[in-house]
Amino acid sequence: MPKLISGAEIVFKALEDQKVEYIFGYPGGAVLPIYDELKNHKSIKHILARHEQGAGHAAEGYARSSGKPGVLLVTSGPGATNAVTALTDAYMDSVPLVCISGQVPTHLIGTDAFQECDTTGITRPCTKHNWLVKDVNDLARVLHLAFEVATTGRPGPVLVDIPKDIQFKKGKYKFTKNSLKKKLNGKAKHKISNKEVDKFIELITKSSKPIFYTGGGVINSGPDASKYLRELVALTGFPITSTLQGLGAYPGDDQQFLGMLGMHGTYEANNAMHDCDLMINIGARFDDRITGKVDEFSPKSKKIHVDIDPSSIGKNIKVDLAIVSDVSELLKNLILRFKEKNKNFLSSNKQKTSKWWEQIDKWRDKKSLNFINSEKIIKPQHAVQRLYELTKDQDTFVTTEVGQHQMWAAQHYKFNKPNRWMTSGGLGTMGYGLPAAIGVQIANPGKLVVDIAGEASVLMTMQEMSTAVQYKLPIKIFILNNEYMGMVRQWQELLHEKNYSESYTAALPDFVKLAESYGCIGIRAKTPDELDKKIKEMIEVDKPVIFDCVVDKSENCFPMIPSGKPHNQMILGPEEEEEISDEGKILV
Amino acid sequence: MPKSKSAYSIPGKIGKIERHIIVVWVDNEAGVLARIAGLFSGRGYNIESLAVAEVDKKKHISRITIVTEGTPQVIEQINLQLKKLVPVHKVADFKRGEKDILFRELALFKMLANSKRQEKIKKICKKFNPVVLDKTKKSFVIQVTALRAEIDKLALDLKRLGLISTSRTGSVAMTKGAKIFN
Repeated sequence: MPKLISGAEIVFKALEDQKVEYIFGYPGGAVLPIYDELKNHKSIKHILARHEQGAGHAAEGYARSSGKPGVLLVTSGPGATNAVTALTDAYMDSVPLVCISGQVPTHLIGTDAFQECDTTGITRPCTKHNWLVKDVNDLARVLHLAFEVATTGRPGPVLVDIPKDIQFKKGKYKFTKNSLKKKLNGKAKHKISNKEVDKFIELITKSSKPIFYTGGGVINSGPDASKYLRELVALTGFPITSTLQGLGAYPGDDQQFLGMLGMHGTYEANNAMHDCDLMINIGARFDDRITGKVDEFSPKSKKIHVDIDPSSIGKNIKVDLAIVSDVSELLKNLILRFKEKNKNFLSSNKQKTSKWWEQIDKWRDKKSLNFINSEKIIKPQHAVQRLYELTKDQDTFVTTEVGQHQMWAAQHYKFNKPNRWMTSGGLGTMGYGLPAAIGVQIANPGKLVVDIAGEASVLMTMQEMSTAVQYKLPIKIFILNNEYMGMVRQWQELLHEKNYSESYTAALPDFVKLAESYGCIGIRAKTPDELDKKIKEMIEVDKPVIFDCVVDKSENCFPMIPSGKPHNQMILGPEEEEEISDEGKILV
Repeated sequence: MPKSKSAYSIPGKIGKIERHIIVVWVDNEAGVLARIAGLFSGRGYNIESLAVAEVDKKKHISRITIVTEGTPQVIEQINLQLKKLVPVHKVADFKRGEKDILFRELALFKMLANSKRQEKIKKICKKFNPVVLDKTKKSFVIQVTALRAEIDKLALDLKRLGLISTSRTGSVAMTKGAKIFN
């Protein structure tokens, strides 16, 4: 007969068996028994956020930079609803999160009790799965299943809702490995057939205008996947482009890398996507920021799509060869067989793709990421470039908020390793970067962690600076301050006759004084001359820093593909802006 | 081509709409129907009818039959998205009009009718396995089983003969012969 322990203790036993080291959370009435139990479990450290959304993004940052699931602990009602944005963000960007929420006691459920809400109902569409545990003897099984669901197949968030009386009740604890894998058959693993691999290789050998298009799936598949990807790209000599989430899987400064693709991608990457005869999509999902107008998306190419999620295949774009697989497993198989069948492929195939590379070089000559620099005022692109140059020699982790600064960071900061770039791509959550940086710093002590931020975004979760100070996390908040919601302002300039409706923030705080009031360091750079010195100062401080980088207010983010246009019709700079049709305006 | 500088792309060509019957085996646990229905509403799919009941008391497996409409691409997504849900065991998909599959719906009609008219009504319902469940001097309740379109037509015909209340199930489905879904 196993010893009977309380539900709260079962929670910690399960977390210990799952080797959880950190939980991000915020206490409240309905989770007090769990918080009471915390002191008895020394291997688990609790990080107190200042808002449940912040706790959620911190858990995301932790997960994305460490490859381990992030754990989140919140109370019922507002605690749970505050976590919804972070859960949805994790769902869109495939981040493994386990959220444990308190609930009112079972006998009060459905009575509109204090701090009651239908948590499982609210979070059903933004989790892979969720559970309301009504029997303490189910708790251990459900918690372990929750970890398995979050980390199996395409990762994502899950939620376990535990009523307060269940946290007190005594029950049995058993660490059961769940049989989910068997039950999930098609959902988790797929055996790769030689036929699929051979077809893949055949398409590679036949192509004369190929391109690799890789995404977040490569990162999620683990560090091996990036290693294999580099090997395959080197073996074939093909050009490669990456989505926003895939940056870092392939070295950003490599000659074969064409930069990011999509709405604010490079001219060469988007044109190569449009004109290629073979598109090899590995772990990306043909998102609408990538494809532009679907009907005119890469019309002449054969398409290969490797994805672990069967529902990603054929959702937006029809493909010629679909392989449901983990990226790492597929690439390992593919490389082995490719080497066997095609010795000296690189040199023998050089001739065949030489024209393609010539064309790509012509596109490259447009230098689409160029901007007109200034000696008087800091251009935001220049600030990111300087930040990159001054931090590239150390292992730097970058998070971002959402908007222009995010795109400039993606364009001008070159990543060489996976798990170094954490940004909210799918949901586009302003306020993501600061708390995410906290999670990243906890997972990577001693490393440089920079949140490239906009002043509007960062104010949405600014309260988390207090968390950074409490746990002595020396994160650097690098704000490109243009006093506008820059991306909103840009669209208003292009689409709404420069009617900058509500996109200017008056009465911004003095970020240097704000930093000081939080007990961290505030630095301000106003001119290009002082920028390098100030950035170095920021890097050297072993404390959290808010860096107020005062930049050009009117700078727009180029190049861009106007929506509804195919990839080969990009706007390169302000001089190319066209008249906007009424039809275009409706679509925003 | 429209000139668009919008943040979203303009809709592409829409394929031909097909009607499908999708059968889903799920764990009969709390909230499972909300998960299925939520998937349909959240992704903008239609549910024309839905029938659900537990079919395996021991393993607590329910069988859900959903009639839906969509382009082939949408139908494929419905299948794949359903398979991703944790409580879903398997999914079968049939196009309306496939030969080796049977569909049935059940309907109850309450009629205001004297016995003479009741005989007339029974005659009209003859083809659809009528069963009289309740009978008084002024009224009766009759049960029929048939295809959706047949019940639609029948309900229309009965309107003239004193139909005062209709209750219908969604469609249920089964394959012909010894073969089962898998």
